[in-house]
Amino acid sequence: MRSVQWDTMQRQILDGRPFVFDPRVKVLAPTSAEDSMAVPVFVDASEVEGVSEILVFADLNPIPEILRYIPVQAAPRLGFRFKVQQATPIRAAALSEDGVWHVGQVWLEAAGGGCTLPSLASGSTDWESHLGEVSGRIWRHDQSTRLRFVVVHPMDTGLAPGIPRFHLEEFDIRTDDGVTLARLETFEPVSENPVFSLDLNPEVSAVRVGGRDNSGNRFDARVSE
Amino acid sequence: MRTTAAGVLILLMCATAPAVDLHYGLTPRLIAEDTYLFEGVNEDFSRDNGGNIVNVAAIVTQAGVVVINAGPSRLYGEQLRAAIARLTDQPVVRIFISKLHPDHFLGSQAFPQVTRSTLAETITGISDQGEQFTLNMYRMVGPWMIGTEVTLPNDTVQPGMVEIGGHRLELLALAGHTPSDLVVLDHSTGTLFTGGVVFHNRAPTTPHADLAGWRASLETLDRLEFRLLVPSHGPVSRDHRPIAQTRDYIDWLEESLSGAAAEGLDMAEVLNMKPPERIAALAVMPAEYQRSVSHLYPALERAAFRPATEQVQ
Repeated sequence: MRSVQWDTMQRQILDGRPFVFDPRVKVLAPTSAEDSMAVPVFVDASEVEGVSEILVFADLNPIPEILRYIPVQAAPRLGFRFKVQQATPIRAAALSEDGVWHVGQVWLEAAGGGCTLPSLASGSTDWESHLGEVSGRIWRHDQSTRLRFVVVHPMDTGLAPGIPRFHLEEFDIRTDDGVTLARLETFEPVSENPVFSLDLNPEVSAVRVGGRDNSGNRFDARVSE
Repeated sequence: MRTTAAGVLILLMCATAPAVDLHYGLTPRLIAEDTYLFEGVNEDFSRDNGGNIVNVAAIVTQAGVVVINAGPSRLYGEQLRAAIARLTDQPVVRIFISKLHPDHFLGSQAFPQVTRSTLAETITGISDQGEQFTLNMYRMVGPWMIGTEVTLPNDTVQPGMVEIGGHRLELLALAGHTPSDLVVLDHSTGTLFTGGVVFHNRAPTTPHADLAGWRASLETLDRLEFRLLVPSHGPVSRDHRPIAQTRDYIDWLEESLSGAAAEGLDMAEVLNMKPPERIAALAVMPAEYQRSVSHLYPALERAAFRPATEQVQ
């Protein structure tokens, strides 16, 4: 799937490194964005060997990069939601051990406006007292753990008039002993009050979720079964 | 906002100007004494159907014509008015609008002198969201929307009986499909106009739904006696089956999605859920189901989450 922006994406986001379009990198999303502020996406690169990093981006979004996922001790797959400005490819590039980006994609129809609309929170003051608050849960499967969590944050893109860029940038998922299981770098298009689904390798009953936003606000919390 | 809508229209006209036949081909069908149906197609909005996916009815009384729902555009409204004028010399005297969705009220623009009645909360909903609905309709059905602007209902009704030209109309104020759903039962002919509370052979839509309230409304309708049921989408029925079918769908939807949320599935992972055959067979599946995931899943997954502990903010 080509778009007018693909060459730029390949050069800037994938660092010009070699790539292949690979249907084994699955990108699940609705055909059409019902809510341009929160399009659900699930990326699964677990059929590709030795994935060390996943980049997700939308070529035609004003800010194409959505997130970077480092599954340290986790399966190379995750779910999240993002803001879409117009119809666009959604691509996930998984870096395999041979140094090649394996790119999977899906086309998303959209009425648009998600990135330049103000967050719901920016219209109220209530969110401030809850900034960085985490809810979530863990589901133990055989030899793995599904972690789902949400963090209260407006995730303002800076593209809505008069509202500065204000978004979560880093997440770190650790065991109670401080061993990092997964890292996540998020960009402006990730939805307000972001929700993530991750599959961690060890079977654990609780993890710590920590991180910070671009203003230096830090949060840390323990999510359990 | 008017300039924005006009701007969008100009763009759409440029893109689609050649050879578009903007005739809805509205054909009235007698379904009960004095009562005509203009049946919409059981599809989603498209440039092929011009947004004509809704059932519109006209009751020709001795005191003028009562119209129930007005269609998706100014053009539809104008062609509806012309089609009614071919049926009868009686003027349209009253329009009942069942809910805030654009295919139900936008056509009322063609009836500026007519009393356009609905429930209070529907007027609020159209005031708040009507412009956005209209822009979205321009995007979905394009040139058919030419000149369409939001025209607010100008009459607030209360539940109860009204008599128009010998027809005794009972107005019911229900909710659940949207925050306020107006249902009309014509006691003179036994015809029940359910608005969006009942869908027939089409997946119900949920952008403004409250499923518990919807279920209660369906129970209310199920207790009524009627001879003919006119849903807002899908074929008319002589029995209660469309009510049961609508309830079956929203029950399936809620059970499936809350079950998935309780198992920790991601929102995108439930998009491709396989429904049972009877659900999969409904029109506009699976697209309508995918829309419902966006509407309903966020609240259901929150219910499965718990506040984290040892929070440092």
